[in-house]
Amino acid sequence: MGATVEAGTAIRPFEVQFSDQQIDDLRRRIAATRWPTKELVADRSQGVQLAATQALAKYWAEQYDFGRLEARLNALPQFKTEIDGVDVHFIHVHSEHENALPVIITHGWPGSIVEMLEVIEPLTDPTAHGGSAEDAFDVVIPSIPGYGLSGKPTELGWIPPIRVSRAWGELMPRLGYTSYVAQGGDVGAAVTHGMGQQAPDGLIGIHTNLFFPALAGAKMPEETEAEKAARAAINVFKAGGYGYFLEQATRPQTIGYALLDSPIALAAWLADHDTDAYYKIASAFVDDKPSGNLTRDHILDNITLYWLTGTGESAARSYWEGGPNSPHDAAPAPPPPVTLPVGFTTFPGEIWRTPRSWVETAYPNVVYFNEVDKGGHFAAWEEPEIFSHELRAAFKSLRNGGSS
Amino acid sequence: MSTAIDTATEIRPLAVEISQEQIDSLRRRIAETRWPPTELVQDASQGVQLQFLQELARYWAEDYDFGRLEARLNALPQYTTNIDGLDIHFIHVKSEHEGALPLIITHGWPGSIIEMLEVIGPLTDPTAHGGSADDAFDVVIPSIPGFGFSSQPTDAGWDSGRIGAAWAELMNRLGYDHYVAQGGDQGAGVTDAMGRQAPAGLLGVHFNFLDAIPKELLTAALTPRIFTHPEREQLGKVVGVTMRGYISEMSEHPQTIGYSLLDSPIGLAAWMLDHDPDSYEKISKAFLEGEQTGNLSRDNILDNITLYWVTGTGASTSRIYWETGKTATASFKNSPPHMRLPAAYTVFPDELFQAPRHWVKHAYHHLVYYNEAPKGGHFAAWEEPEIFAGELRAGFKSLREAGSS
Repeated sequence: MGATVEAGTAIRPFEVQFSDQQIDDLRRRIAATRWPTKELVADRSQGVQLAATQALAKYWAEQYDFGRLEARLNALPQFKTEIDGVDVHFIHVHSEHENALPVIITHGWPGSIVEMLEVIEPLTDPTAHGGSAEDAFDVVIPSIPGYGLSGKPTELGWIPPIRVSRAWGELMPRLGYTSYVAQGGDVGAAVTHGMGQQAPDGLIGIHTNLFFPALAGAKMPEETEAEKAARAAINVFKAGGYGYFLEQATRPQTIGYALLDSPIALAAWLADHDTDAYYKIASAFVDDKPSGNLTRDHILDNITLYWLTGTGESAARSYWEGGPNSPHDAAPAPPPPVTLPVGFTTFPGEIWRTPRSWVETAYPNVVYFNEVDKGGHFAAWEEPEIFSHELRAAFKSLRNGGSS
Repeated sequence: MSTAIDTATEIRPLAVEISQEQIDSLRRRIAETRWPPTELVQDASQGVQLQFLQELARYWAEDYDFGRLEARLNALPQYTTNIDGLDIHFIHVKSEHEGALPLIITHGWPGSIIEMLEVIGPLTDPTAHGGSADDAFDVVIPSIPGFGFSSQPTDAGWDSGRIGAAWAELMNRLGYDHYVAQGGDQGAGVTDAMGRQAPAGLLGVHFNFLDAIPKELLTAALTPRIFTHPEREQLGKVVGVTMRGYISEMSEHPQTIGYSLLDSPIGLAAWMLDHDPDSYEKISKAFLEGEQTGNLSRDNILDNITLYWVTGTGASTSRIYWETGKTATASFKNSPPHMRLPAAYTVFPDELFQAPRHWVKHAYHHLVYYNEAPKGGHFAAWEEPEIFAGELRAGFKSLREAGSS
């Protein structure tokens, strides 16, 4: 019995292996793509443009180094451990500095752990990246169940801000951490918010870069210019770029067939997240002008990970959980407020710019708020240095409290 | 100069050709499908179920006769003619009865002219199908631009109004100086636009879907207490229709989903099958249990999906939602002109919602016919061609006199 329990909570070192056969098949499928006719507009208003998608396909099939994803991941310490019936994959990098603050960072959709790779060094090795030894973090970057190299849930109920949050609250103590912080954007913001509500032992604060309460329907003031602008931006998103959200929240299996069967369908679906990110990605491929760290190779590392792990459908399903079709008994009771310390950073290219007043409306204990001048929805991915700096600043006041 | 005009308005006979190469490629792609894991629920609440789609894929690749689509279409008189810059493909079958009433029928999405093939016999040859010679129609069934063998628009603006105007030109060009029009789904939108445009010769219209939900009703959905209980239920269904992922995606980003629909036959099939719960259940039963509802047979379903695939029209058909979505938003602010022409309406019991008579009357003041059919769903003509044909006979009966006078 004891052996079973140990096996259940064992942390196993892990290395990724993608077969040549998988890669050859992917390349063959890209080359065999049957293309639609060109959109009838000169902008993004009918979706991902043909020229951008064809430039992406060409680079993917002809120039992209298919070995690089495996090499990048295997250069980092990776592990798997079973939590709540699912094998959770994660990257875990210790800082060499003493008293480093443990942080668990959660990616979103259409991202993955690939979004977070470039923040590992600035966070674990701050002295080499404009910070001081006191800024150091031990970094844990898990793949949400259904995403990347984590297992795919085989039962209902993996609502990100409930069950994924709970799993992370289990993962951190299993790694021996008794005092840690959590961070996330996009779906990761939901997970991190949920952790804040659950307040598991050891969690001393959270930081997010997407304001989850507004998406979850919380009422926010709409008096100031900044507040009105934020609401207007949310409305624009819901009126013109919400199709993927609604489809994934209601019919993940239906869209899942194309996401598993066609690499170009997958690439287009993943590239169509928000206007700012779309134009940055399109410009990386069409004009070879990446925005920050959103390079062609980095974008394709992420899409290739989705393809090789066959997770288009299971990742989409994370939107279904807790959505209108999911069983009512999986719905949360009225959520407790987040009383832990909260930090928030507004990135200017995000779907909407969250004003400080909103953050303070949702969270009684805001210890940090800042608006930076660069970066969008994929803040960590696009601007890893700025993102890391925000985490240092946001969590600074919690370090002594946590270690005492 | 006159030659140029003749060429431009010329009506050319057409036989479709689907190459063996296209069929081989399609079959190979079906066989090489990379499947997702199975859904985590016992019903369709996460979308099209894996077991159903795998059975469809098996039947499609192994048992389906790929020659039948071409054979079915080429057994009918088909033509193309250039209207407003596009080649319009249409089926045109004349009745042998004198005084037949010319009728233009418009299909919807995810349908095509395939939906309408089985109503041609009952409409043109009523005496062989329980009707009388006075019930005869001459039938015109065009493919909406972007669908099937019509060409794909290369500029924006092909909304219901522009399609409706093209149909009026088509009927005119076929020499019909009086005719009626019919449509469900997107075809109801086109037919509605024709009714409001009231081109010379159009005597009246028939719908099996209420595209013109009066905005008063939608606004009233916010204050539901003024409605009786059954009406609240119908209004809820209307609101539910607008909350479908496929409508949202196609009306916002048709190009994005277009990549899926062109490159993966199974992605295309899943997207098309996920239209409404009733037709989904019927089609699923046809494949999994061999239990066919009306005319919705496995082969008929696959004829339609195969047509979308071989014509490569997944993206261009989706764009009609983008176009009509824009028009609907605009018309919410500026109401289109009232329809003065006679309108007829048939409610099918399994349609997305069952519009009560006074909703229809509210939208179409000159309502000459309203009936609830005993059977049939969203794809009424496809599923129950005899009932559908009967409704058209009854719906248009009172207009025949007017036309022949």
